[in-house]
Amino acid sequence: MAVTKSAKIIGKFTFKRGVHPPHRKKFSEDAGIRAVTLLAGSTVVVPMVQHIGAPNKPTVEKKQEVTAGQEIGSSEAFVSAPVHSPVNGVVQNVTAMNHPLGRKVLSVVISVGEQQPDQQQWKQFPADFDAQKYDSETIINATRQAGVVGQGGAAFPTAVKLKPNPEKPVDTILVNGCECEPYLTSDHRLMIEAPGPIVAGLQLAMRAAGATKGIIAIEDNKPDAINSILSCIKDTNQIQLAICKTKYPQGGEKQLINAVLKRVVPTGGLPLDVQVVVSNVGTLSSLAWAVVENRPVTQRIVTVTGAGVKSPGNFRVPVGMMLSDLLEQAGGLTDDAEKVLLGGPMMGPSTPTLDVPILKGTSGITVLTSGDIKRQQATACVRCGRCVDYCPLKLVPTRIAHAVKARDIEMALDYDLLACMECGCCSYVCPAQIPLLQYLRAGKQFARDIKK
Amino acid sequence: MAEQSDKSNKQDAKILMVSSSPHLAEAGTSKRIMFEVVIGMLPAVAMSVYLFLDYAAVVLISSVLACVVTEWIFNAVRKRPQTTGDGSAIVTGLILGLSLPPSLPWWAVVLGAVVAMGVGKMVFGGLGSNIFNPAMVGRAFLMACFGMMMTTWTIPLLQQETIINEDGTEEVVAITQATPLGQAKAAIRAAADDEKNNIDRNTCYTIEVDGQWKDMFMGNISGSLGETSTLCWLVGGLFLLFRRTITYHIPLAILATVTFISAIVWMINPDVYANPMVHLSGGGLMMCAFFIATDPVTCPLSKLGRVIFGIGIGALVMLIRLVGGYPEGVMYAVLLMNSVTPLLDRWTRPTPLGGHAGAN
Ligand code: SF4
Ligand code: SF4
Repeated sequence: MAVTKSAKIIGKFTFKRGVHPPHRKKFSEDAGIRAVTLLAGSTVVVPMVQHIGAPNKPTVEKKQEVTAGQEIGSSEAFVSAPVHSPVNGVVQNVTAMNHPLGRKVLSVVISVGEQQPDQQQWKQFPADFDAQKYDSETIINATRQAGVVGQGGAAFPTAVKLKPNPEKPVDTILVNGCECEPYLTSDHRLMIEAPGPIVAGLQLAMRAAGATKGIIAIEDNKPDAINSILSCIKDTNQIQLAICKTKYPQGGEKQLINAVLKRVVPTGGLPLDVQVVVSNVGTLSSLAWAVVENRPVTQRIVTVTGAGVKSPGNFRVPVGMMLSDLLEQAGGLTDDAEKVLLGGPMMGPSTPTLDVPILKGTSGITVLTSGDIKRQQATACVRCGRCVDYCPLKLVPTRIAHAVKARDIEMALDYDLLACMECGCCSYVCPAQIPLLQYLRAGKQFARDIKK
Repeated sequence: MAEQSDKSNKQDAKILMVSSSPHLAEAGTSKRIMFEVVIGMLPAVAMSVYLFLDYAAVVLISSVLACVVTEWIFNAVRKRPQTTGDGSAIVTGLILGLSLPPSLPWWAVVLGAVVAMGVGKMVFGGLGSNIFNPAMVGRAFLMACFGMMMTTWTIPLLQQETIINEDGTEEVVAITQATPLGQAKAAIRAAADDEKNNIDRNTCYTIEVDGQWKDMFMGNISGSLGETSTLCWLVGGLFLLFRRTITYHIPLAILATVTFISAIVWMINPDVYANPMVHLSGGGLMMCAFFIATDPVTCPLSKLGRVIFGIGIGALVMLIRLVGGYPEGVMYAVLLMNSVTPLLDRWTRPTPLGGHAGAN
């Protein structure tokens, strides 16, 4: 498919280093987003921690009836985002439950009731929408109330990101539609099927943060998404589209800012330090509905994919749905399924159990089969320098890993261990199959322990 | 709830694998790198066998075998897992063999190989831990012990003459001849001597050498097994570049430096100094640029470090050839630069994108 010519396209961008993993998007890229409904009597688990920041406190009790969209957990802390019930039902329990992070987290367990509200439409945005009608404070409050967090993975509360800071003004909102992770197609499908809310969300975010420019970045392997977004922004002011070369991790905040705006986020700093806020397409879509309809974030698009699921697809999933139930919607696991990832294969952690809920930040479920997984014994580092050549942040992963192995945390920190964004490029290219990133993660843990 | 957990238990009964991300890996392995290097050397190996026949076969086979067996024995004695399968011993064996004169007796080759693997690599802890290029360590040892044998250069057997003895039997005599770079060195010495004695011969000392580069390019000269054909190394080197087994930094830096320095001195005094083509094609420089200096274990990690490393080797090679005591210099240049690799690594550590924050 060819990309439509348009003055809105501001060029083709890329960043230095990084890798080219196989795309593997074929599994699900043509599967339209399907809404998932929960059966009466099934359970949803809504953890109090679904974002970076202070955990929420449950605001409901055992046996209490809740309605879809009702707030069930909140926090006074500035950096936090409330959670809401995705269904009408009864609170079964408020207790610690399995969490995708690997530990148990206080969660509200709800049993799904008989009567559920109709599915809300989420693709067509009202034609008379005008971002100018909303002021910054209204937008930020609505965003916060609705519990909008970054849906690209990090799950940082969006209201906090957008809140204007007189010392650090923002001139550009950069929209991440790259979806550089192999396998995942949720953002891709969202851009094709519902570009309207994304663009509306961008306009609102720009107003909220006081930014004068909005740039939507999409990788060049998604021409249909590019065209879809183009048709939506053709009558807008201040919004442009940046095509990025397909390379991993193009969607990393620092890489995206560097590629499109040629700005460098300082180590240990935030995009805010270079007058930018980066937001994912799904997040902006949620933001738009939150502002216009006060709709809380209780649903999200999740790709369920990989050779290990029988019928891969993209699903609109109630936040809190159990992974095992969602996998069933995708036909269940195949016999040779071996590894279930919460996310894509480059950054997604593997889960030992299917008894965990889908969170606001879960962008996909990738199931790998025994055929995908080549278990290789790590051998000695041959100092080939590939990890150094391909690290998008220009770190020296082999040195850091050696320092961590020798428990020399000073040395590891001096080699900027903490700057590592855990993209996994180093492990991906290492010919000795050394799990470099695993060492780096362990190093970060040691560093945290020492601080305490 | 009960029904629910039953269901998930059923799926959980399947044991899921857990591991750290990333869950994909590029196809390349260390083993594959080593075997690509071996493939890259095949043209030169074939050429050496074509030129020196059984001489080449004996040296190469004894070198490779001795390297592999030494590694095996070291691992066995120290009760370490066997690593001979990774192919690095074969690479060392081939590089050592190709850097030796064809007439070297097999037992000397074996000795060199044992030192290369034992002292050069295994005592440091095996692959990845050694500081010096093992093959060059082995060659340096042989140089020190058997200097005479190591500098006796047979001309390719194809050019050998058959003489008929008095009793009528035919015999092939291995004719030895100074290598082109040896002749170049002799020219420099002769010019220096003449100058000291105030003789002005008004002659071109390098006339013999300068014309030889075409033969050097094809391999039709005397020299060590792998030193002879520039063409073969170029083919192999380009293969490695194409396969991304090596990066262009070190070869380019070495070749550019050698070209630059040799071109300058040649332009200043073409009567005394051999032309750049001779320097580029001679003394195993191509082999060094693509196959020896690029040994990942003993070269710097960062690209900048590798460029400086290459420039250093090129400059040292030319220093040795023009002013030093040896005609070639590749081996000492590599060993010397190997010794500064840790320093280079420290000096050329890349600054992270966004600046160095360190422990703060
Ligand atoms: S990529 Fe692997 S083998 Fe190469 S230097 Fe890095 S850690 Fe060592
Ligand atoms: S060191 Fe960190 S940032 Fe660099 S490639 Fe490895 S995981 Fe990515």
